[in-house]
Amino acid sequence: MLSETRLAIPDRAEEVELARALLEGDAGAFDRFVDVFRSKIFQYSYLMCGHREDAEEVAQDTLMKVFENFDQLREPERVRPWVFRIAKNACLMKRRKSVFAPVQELSIDDFLPHSRDDGAARKLEIADWSALPDDQVLRAEVKAVVRRAIGELPEIYRAVILLRDIEELTTEEAAQVLDVSQEVIKTRLHRARLAVREKLDEYLKSVQARVN
Amino acid sequence: MQDEKHPEDCKQVFALLSEYLDQDLAPESCEELRKHLEHCAPCIEFLDSLKRSVRLCHDCGLSETPPPLTPAEKAELLAAYRRWQKRS
Repeated sequence: MLSETRLAIPDRAEEVELARALLEGDAGAFDRFVDVFRSKIFQYSYLMCGHREDAEEVAQDTLMKVFENFDQLREPERVRPWVFRIAKNACLMKRRKSVFAPVQELSIDDFLPHSRDDGAARKLEIADWSALPDDQVLRAEVKAVVRRAIGELPEIYRAVILLRDIEELTTEEAAQVLDVSQEVIKTRLHRARLAVREKLDEYLKSVQARVN
Repeated sequence: MQDEKHPEDCKQVFALLSEYLDQDLAPESCEELRKHLEHCAPCIEFLDSLKRSVRLCHDCGLSETPPPLTPAEKAELLAAYRRWQKRS
C-alpha cells in the first residue's frame, strides 16, 4: 500500500509509483492518481479547448479511457506522456473550431527584435525585463497576459508549449504525444516561446510607460 | 538580432536560443553560441528576457484548478478501474 502522505506538488517519481501501484492492483493509489492527473489534464485541455466545460469533460473522458485501457501502459515510467496522448485525442474530439481551419504557421523572422544605435552601442528596443512587477495586482496581470498569450497561439504551437514548458515533458515525449518528429517539437517550441515573450514584452513596455 | 557587425551570427544565435536554454545543442554549436554571447550584449539581453518569459510561462500555466470531482464521476472512474482489474 502507498503511504497516506500526500505531496502538494506531484513529481514524476510519484506519478510512476502511483501508476505502478494501480497496475499491480493496489486500489489505494486510485484517489491520488485521479487527483494528480485530473488536474494536469484539466490545465492542458482548458488551454487547448478554450472552454472550462470542455476541459472538465475531457478530464473525465481521458481518465475513463486511462482506466479502461490500463493494460496498454506497458511502462509505468511513461505514464505522463501516455495520459497526455489520450488527453490530446480527447481534446481533438471536443474541438469546436472547424477541423478544416488552415494550420497557421509562425515565422521566426517576425520575432527578431528591432534595435537602434545610440552612438556608443547598439540597443535592443525591448522592455526592461529586470524590472518585472512585484506588486500583487501586477503579478496577477502578468499571469493573465501569459495565459492569454498561450491561448492565442495557433493550436500546433500551443500544444507544444503546454507539454514542454508547463507539463515538463521531454522533447522525445512531446514528439510521441503529438505524433511529430523531435525536430518539429524544437522548432515549434522556440516559435511559441518567442511569441509569448513578445506579448509579455509589449505588456512590460506598457507598464513601464505608465510608471514613467 | 539585427546586428550591423554580425547580422548573420546574431540571426543564427536567435534561432538556437531555446535549444541553448534547454541544453539541447550539440557541444560544438553550444560552444560557438557561448563565444558569440561573450561579445554580444543585445543577444545576452534577449536571451535573458526569453529565459524569464519561459519561467513565467511555467509558473503561470498551472493556475487553473478543476472543480471537485463529483461522487458520480468518481464512481464512474472507480468502476472502470475495477472492470480493468477483473479483466486482467
